[in-house]
Amino acid sequence: MRATTSVTTDAPVVRTIALTRRFGSLLAVDALDLTIAAGTIFGLLGSNGAGKTTVIRMLTTLLPPTSGTAEVAGYDIVRDAARVRRHIGYVPQLLSADGALTGYENLLLSARLYDVPRAEQKPRITEALAFMGLDAAAHTLVRTYSGGMVRRLEVAQATLHHPTVLFLDEPTIGLDPIARRAVWERLKQSRQQFAMTMLITTHDMEEAEVLCDSLAIMHSGRIAALGTPAALKGQLGPHATLDDVFVKAAGGSIDQGGGYRDTVRTRSTTARLG
Amino acid sequence: MTPSAPVALPPASVEGEPRGALAACAAFARHSAAILAVEVRKMLRDPTDLFTRAVQPLLWLLVFGQVFTRTRAIPTGPLSYIEFMAPGVLAQSVLFTAIFYGIGVIWERDLGVVHKLLASPASRTSLVFGKAMAAGIRTVSQAVIIVLLAVIMGVRVRFDPMSLIGVVCAVMLGGALFSTFSLVIACIVKTRDRFMGIGQLLTMPLFFASNAIYPLEMMPRWLRAVAQYNPLTYLVEALRALMVQGGASSAGLPADFAVLMLVFIAFVLLAARLFPGLVR
Repeated sequence: MRATTSVTTDAPVVRTIALTRRFGSLLAVDALDLTIAAGTIFGLLGSNGAGKTTVIRMLTTLLPPTSGTAEVAGYDIVRDAARVRRHIGYVPQLLSADGALTGYENLLLSARLYDVPRAEQKPRITEALAFMGLDAAAHTLVRTYSGGMVRRLEVAQATLHHPTVLFLDEPTIGLDPIARRAVWERLKQSRQQFAMTMLITTHDMEEAEVLCDSLAIMHSGRIAALGTPAALKGQLGPHATLDDVFVKAAGGSIDQGGGYRDTVRTRSTTARLG
Repeated sequence: MTPSAPVALPPASVEGEPRGALAACAAFARHSAAILAVEVRKMLRDPTDLFTRAVQPLLWLLVFGQVFTRTRAIPTGPLSYIEFMAPGVLAQSVLFTAIFYGIGVIWERDLGVVHKLLASPASRTSLVFGKAMAAGIRTVSQAVIIVLLAVIMGVRVRFDPMSLIGVVCAVMLGGALFSTFSLVIACIVKTRDRFMGIGQLLTMPLFFASNAIYPLEMMPRWLRAVAQYNPLTYLVEALRALMVQGGASSAGLPADFAVLMLVFIAFVLLAARLFPGLVR
């Protein structure tokens, strides 16, 4: 595969500079400064409404920041949004695969929109389908897929053009444990194969522990804790779990964040995946 | 993590990025074609909608058309009333088919499909244009059904190839125009419920403030003024000249097509600007 990028450089592939987003009077993301080194899987944790999804939507250029900016793959998300889009892959929390199309057709659409060279389209799609274990279902409509299959297809769609950074918003929400593990495996393998950097949002502590090299726990639009899973736990004592870290950093109060819309969205995604 | 101030990032390669105007046009065409191909495939997979949409124009022609042909109350020059209104009903069918196109896009937004499209390097204009072309093709089925029906009802339809191609072009352009208008509305109202309300609110005024079923000369002055700014009027005029023997366009076909094309381009540019707002 692509041999030009080396995994081991410490140069950040994502860097936010006082990145801020307001929705009316709500400060969703508050002057965020974050750097993500090349080749890492970086987990953004936080309760509903902590600002994780807003960060991802800004970094994928879907939402302009109110102030501050960020660089993704070396390009400014405001001034150079089109170039940023060329170098990223994005798996939204909502289901982005088109149920009225087959898996193959979904992949072909992505290949064409991302300017994968014509001669490479078919081989890459075939390879991606095999890699994701979807070859048998390639020509059936996606609306007949299971939740885990849809997610694997979406990851295939988002990596077909070998992006520098892959953004995944709650990649395993609503999946059963077996499907979750399958998605994690593919993500780890994709990172190896394409030397990708990944930014993942989750509030699943197991996912954070199994998948991520580095974590940032967000609370009210700011970073409340930052480090490797081991270091974060170590700060709290020898028997601390990530749950403990999370509860401490996220303030632990039950009625924070997660408005009605958030809940509706999460539940409808879950319902459709289920 | 790097706690110290990071050095300037090395920009990723610009491989695959179109360079120059020609390459940008080629990329635009490729991306639009990709969207078009997907939309047409979905349409062919579930074509029931195309037929149910033909019922309403059928009623207009059979019931309204036949009754008003008998009354002879509407001065239609050398054409019989049914000949006068058949192109109008076709234009109306194009409008009604296209005006609810935006609801599909809102549905796609709710699913997350639009997020994926907008995070891709395809330009917003190419996404909107591809969808508009698909909506244009969708309306051609209406043209086939209504022209055949008109023939059965005794309308002297022009059957020379140039005229038929002209009808198809006019119908596609009209369908593309009104579907893009619909997309603009979708980007503004953002929810399906509100969209249904606005859609219902717009269709009848657009239809009645046009020359689809009565000539401009019959209208009160104010309505005539409105009708002259209504793109539907130009679609009707073009179709009347192209579809019916002895039919003519008062402004001339090139002028009709020019107006439709300009309005279409304006809507595409506007929709491309508003489209990203759909996911914010």
